[in-house]
Amino acid sequence: MKFLFHLGRYAKLMRMVFSRPEKPGIYWKRTVEELEILGVNSIGIVLIISFFIGAVITIQTAYNIENPFIPLYLIGLGTRDSIMLEFSSTLVGLILAGKVGSNIASEIGTMRVTEQIDALEIMGINSASYLILPKIIASLIFNPILCFISMIVGVFGGWAAGVAAGVVSSDQYIFGIQYAFIPYYILYAQIKTLVFAFIIASVSAYQGFYTFGGALEVGKASTRAVVFSNILILFLDLLLTQMLLT
Amino acid sequence: MIEGIGIFKSFGDKEVLKDINVTFEPGMTNLIIGQSGSGKTVLLKSLVGLHEIDKGRIEYDGRNFTDMSHNDRKNIRKEIGMVFQGGALFTSLDIEKNVMFPLNMFTNMSFEERLERTNFCLKRVKLENVNKLYPAEISGGMQKRVSIARAMALNPKYLFCDEPNSGLDPLTAIVIDNLIREITIEYQMVTVVNTHDMNSVMEIGDKVVFIYQGKKWWQGSRDDIFDSENKELNDFVFASPLSKKLKKMK
Ligand SMILES: Nc1ncnc2c1ncn2[C@@H]1O[C@H](COP(=O)(O)OP(=O)(O)OP(=O)(O)O)[C@@H](O)[C@H]1O
Ligand SMILES: [Mg+2]
Repeated sequence: MKFLFHLGRYAKLMRMVFSRPEKPGIYWKRTVEELEILGVNSIGIVLIISFFIGAVITIQTAYNIENPFIPLYLIGLGTRDSIMLEFSSTLVGLILAGKVGSNIASEIGTMRVTEQIDALEIMGINSASYLILPKIIASLIFNPILCFISMIVGVFGGWAAGVAAGVVSSDQYIFGIQYAFIPYYILYAQIKTLVFAFIIASVSAYQGFYTFGGALEVGKASTRAVVFSNILILFLDLLLTQMLLT
Repeated sequence: MIEGIGIFKSFGDKEVLKDINVTFEPGMTNLIIGQSGSGKTVLLKSLVGLHEIDKGRIEYDGRNFTDMSHNDRKNIRKEIGMVFQGGALFTSLDIEKNVMFPLNMFTNMSFEERLERTNFCLKRVKLENVNKLYPAEISGGMQKRVSIARAMALNPKYLFCDEPNSGLDPLTAIVIDNLIREITIEYQMVTVVNTHDMNSVMEIGDKVVFIYQGKKWWQGSRDDIFDSENKELNDFVFASPLSKKLKKMK
C-alpha cells in the first residue's frame, strides 16, 4: 500500500512539474544552469570511470581467450559490445544516480526544510515546476552526451590498455571494434539513457520535495534517492532490453 | 481585511487549531502571541494556504480564499508578502537576486527598474552594500531584514511575519519591529506578526491575539493587556520577574 501511495504522489508531482511554466524565459535560464551543474560537472567522473572500465574489460577478455584459434580482434569486438550495450548506459546511469541523484535530492530537500519551497509557493510560483523541470530537461539533454562520451572513452581505454599490456595489437583491436558493428546498439543505449535520465532526475527530486524534518532527513532522502533510482534503473534495464533487443 | 472564520486544523489525530476566529485590519500591526508549540506558525501558514484547513473559511477582503481554485489563489498570493521564521532566503542566490526574485518572476520591468526597486527595498530595511553577498555571509538579523525586503518588493497588500525578531538582540529586534510598523502604516497593509517577544507586544501591538493550546484565548490591544484578568494571558505575558514588577507598577 505504501508503494501505491508513493506512486500516486509521484504522479501528482509530475503533473505539477509539467504544467505550464509562468515565465518560459526564466525556465530556460534555469535549464542552462542545471546543464552545467548536473551535466558538465559529471564529465570528469564519466571520463575516468569509462577509461578504466574499458581497460579492464579488454584485459579480462584477453585473459579469457586462451585458445589460439580464437582471433585476437574479438577482444576489440567484445570490449566494444560490452561498453555500448551495457556500460555506457546502465553503469553510467548507476554512477550518475549516485552523483546527480544525491545532489538533486539534497538540494531540493534542503530547500524544503528551510522553507525556501514555501517561500516560492507563497509568491504564487509553481515550485515543483520551477525547481524540477529544469533538472529533468537538463538531464534529458546532457545524459545522452555523457553516454556517447563514455562509449568513445571506454573503447579508447580498452585500446590503450590492450596495446600497453601487449595482449592485442593496435591493428587487431581497431579491426575488432569495426567488425560486425550494429549501429542500432547506439540507439538502444541512448533510449535506455533517456529513460534512466528521467528516472534519476524525477525520483531524486520526488525524494527531496517531500522531505519532512531537518538536516538528518535531508541526508536520508538523498540516500533513498540513490537507492530507488538504482533499483529502478536495473529493473528498467531488464525490461527495456527485453523490449528493444529481442 | 483578512478574516478567519472557525478555523480547525489537525495533523493526524493531533488537533492543533481549534475554532479560531480572527479579523485583521489594514494599517495596523496585528500580533499573534502564544507559547512555543501553541500553533502560531500553523495558524499563519493556514491563513496563506500553505496548510489546508480542515474546517472553516479564510477571506481576503471578502474573497473566499479557502474555496478558491488554485489559479485564483495564485493571484491573491501575488499580493502577499511573507517573512518566514527561518528567513527562507534562497541560499543559491545573492542578496540582490533574492530581493529581485519576485520582480523577475512577476513584473515586466527593465533590469534598471528592478535594480532600483531592489535597492529601494534594501535601503528601507537599512541594508546597503550587501548586494553581492550570499545569505550565509550575513548575520541572522541581516537575513531577517533581507527577508522583509524581499517580502516588500512587490508592494504587497498583506504582510505575514513569523517571529521576525526571534534570536536577535533587543536593539535590532526593536529596529525590525518599528520597520514593520512603519511600512504597515505607510502602505496601509494588513500585517500579521507571530511573536513571543513581549517587547514587540508593547512596541507594536495594535491588536494582539493570544493563542493558548490551539484556541484563541484572548484578544485586545497592548494597553488592554495590563488590565486583563485572564490568568493564562497573565502567566504568559508577565512570566519574567521584570515584567511582574512592571505590571504591579501600572
Ligand atoms: N507539519 C506538521 N505535522 C505535524 N505536526 C505539526 C506540523 N506542524 C506543526 N505541528 C505541530 O503543531 C503544533 C504547533 O506548532 P507551531 O509550529 O504552530 O508552533 P508555534 O506556536 O509556531 O511555536 P514556536 O513559537 O516554537 O514557533 C506543534 O505541537 C507541532 O508539533
Ligand atoms: Mg512558530
